[in-house]
Amino acid sequence: MSLTRSAARPTAGSAARRSHSGLLQAWLPKLVLAPSAAISLFFVYGFMLWTFILSLTNSRMLPSYEFVGFAQYARLMANDRWWVASTNLVVFGGLFVAICLALGLVLAILLDQRIRQEGALRTIYLYPMALSFIVTGVVWKWLLNPGLGIQAMVRSWGFENFRFDWLVDPDMAVYTLVIAAVWQASGFVMALFLAGLRGIDDSILKAAQLDGASLPRIYWRVVIPCLRPVVFSAVMILSHIAIKSFDLVVALTGGGPGYASDLPATFMYAHAFTRAQIGLGSASAMLMLGGVLAILIPYLYSELRSRRHG
Amino acid sequence: MTLLENPLRKTALALATAAAASMTFSVQAAEVEVLHWWTSGGEARAANVLKELMEAEGYGWEDFAVAGGGGETAMTVLKSRAMSGNPPSAAQIKGPEIQEWGELGLLGELDEVAGAEGWDELLPPTVADVMRHNGSYVAVPVNVHRVNWLWANPQVLEAAGVEMPTTLDELFAAGEAIREAGFIPLAHGGQAWQDATVFESVLLASGGTEFYQQAMVELDPEALGSERMIEALETFKRLRELMDADMSGRDWNIATSMVIEGSAGMQLMGDWAKGEFTAAGLTAGEEYLCAAAPGTQDAFTFNIDSLAMFRVEGEEREAQQALARLVLEPTFQEAFNLAKGSIPARPDLDMNGFDACAQQSMDDFQRTAEEGGLVPSMAHGMAVRADVQGAIFDVVTNYFNSRDMAAEEAARRMVNAAQAAL
Repeated sequence: MSLTRSAARPTAGSAARRSHSGLLQAWLPKLVLAPSAAISLFFVYGFMLWTFILSLTNSRMLPSYEFVGFAQYARLMANDRWWVASTNLVVFGGLFVAICLALGLVLAILLDQRIRQEGALRTIYLYPMALSFIVTGVVWKWLLNPGLGIQAMVRSWGFENFRFDWLVDPDMAVYTLVIAAVWQASGFVMALFLAGLRGIDDSILKAAQLDGASLPRIYWRVVIPCLRPVVFSAVMILSHIAIKSFDLVVALTGGGPGYASDLPATFMYAHAFTRAQIGLGSASAMLMLGGVLAILIPYLYSELRSRRHG
Repeated sequence: MTLLENPLRKTALALATAAAASMTFSVQAAEVEVLHWWTSGGEARAANVLKELMEAEGYGWEDFAVAGGGGETAMTVLKSRAMSGNPPSAAQIKGPEIQEWGELGLLGELDEVAGAEGWDELLPPTVADVMRHNGSYVAVPVNVHRVNWLWANPQVLEAAGVEMPTTLDELFAAGEAIREAGFIPLAHGGQAWQDATVFESVLLASGGTEFYQQAMVELDPEALGSERMIEALETFKRLRELMDADMSGRDWNIATSMVIEGSAGMQLMGDWAKGEFTAAGLTAGEEYLCAAAPGTQDAFTFNIDSLAMFRVEGEEREAQQALARLVLEPTFQEAFNLAKGSIPARPDLDMNGFDACAQQSMDDFQRTAEEGGLVPSMAHGMAVRADVQGAIFDVVTNYFNSRDMAAEEAARRMVNAAQAAL
């Protein structure tokens, strides 16, 4: 804004030339931003619209425009594998976000006690975030494999009856996803909380101490409420990691045993791209989008509103 | 402004040059572009043989190899190329997918070459049917894989005191003996396609080829929900007792290496497993054994790789026809299949250079082609469309891995899966 205002005030030289360059300067920011705005409009919102249109067609191997109404959604609702995938997402997403928040907060509070070597510890906890989910998935696949990893190790110590075979157990496989994802992301949440803790004004804590509040009470009633904006950011980041989880499933369980640890993202990929069912795949993608919006919009709304008023 | 102009001019120049270059490129023509995923060492060498044959006849070969994912990536690339109206001259497409592409009107016919080379006499009718769309040849077979194989480690069998099993009952008996001798009876990887590979061999053994044809190819709901299907499913599930607990998610070649190392006795897998045995330096018939999957001696489930030809014009078409001819010629068939572990798609070839397993495979291929035991493999996308195949995979793998699903329920779901896809 200041750029355009100063440019609109000619000081010397030819007025015509000035107004030309003034115009250019007024339009330049918009001009420069226009391509990226157009690109994101087209590639994000345009393709969302296209996916929605495809979900109403009978597209199989290639997109077709023979409309069949909501038949693909009806097929999806009748599909057992879709329900397994959706239930898994609720279980995985809920546990993943909750455990990461709890663990991240505890780690951050412990690390905030002015301990020695804090920088080194922080780095160690933060490092898993630097790995790709594929790497995490493969490493945990080996660790959790009953014949190779933790179970085999504990048994070799002499505990012959030790069992930890969640990876090959259809009822428990989805929890192995939670373990690996929590390992990866909780350090990052810890870093977020640590930054939040450092931002809390010391005088509030001192005032609480003067009032005779015990330490747990200070944390519970003063510190944690102060961290609310951090919780907000953390939930946003974690829930989008949970919903888009694809690589972790592919690397860790491959959706198995059977399709017991399938998530909507892997379901969508399998149907749209390998099983030549673009229509059904698009319908599942739209439902995923619907799920995300249903959770995030109310949360965003309440958080942003309370922040403005508070 | 001049600052802007310079790069602009450069870009324009670059674009013009690129356009000119691509124009001269397409004028050159008499060239085929082949999309395939023969990218592993032996396969790539084999594909190179075809390239050299084409070049010897004066045609150009533009390699369009897309690695990864058993062709999934390649198919995605192919779809986007086809949608933008610029398909390659030929692509590695197999089974019922050929029909799907044919229905889209994108494939070109090869009847002239087929007539001149006598493909009708050369190819078994079951194979020829797969290559035709609306009665015209649109694809050419490259090789034949047999899926219903049983592989075994002779030392493990000897230690357990058993012979190579020839019926399902013998398989279970041998499995028990192998377990008692301290080995894993059956190496397996818990992935949907591997579960389906084992399942179709069991179905073939317990139901017979006619029943297999009705259930897995024609998707007859009566056959899919029948007593025989339930029986086959129950036998299939019993095989789980012969496998180890850690199989979930294991790749097939890891399972094969368990047989090679001697920690497991046997594996039910297609003949690409031979590549692993060969790579480990073992000799067929001596250091590793191969036999038809127990109870399926008179059947041959085929998995045929083929090159489908897209509709092209002019000189490219001429080159494409030459490609189709060369693919079926003995030189390429022999070189390619020796490298890939499969057998040639034409039964009239001399099999002297091939190993014992391939020779047996060829004998069975010819025999079943005459006697009627030659059936397409459901697990490898030869029998039904990808969506039906996927739905059947879901049922099979879910049943196999579930603790409490009854075989009746699985059969019922299979009927649903087949109907939903029609």
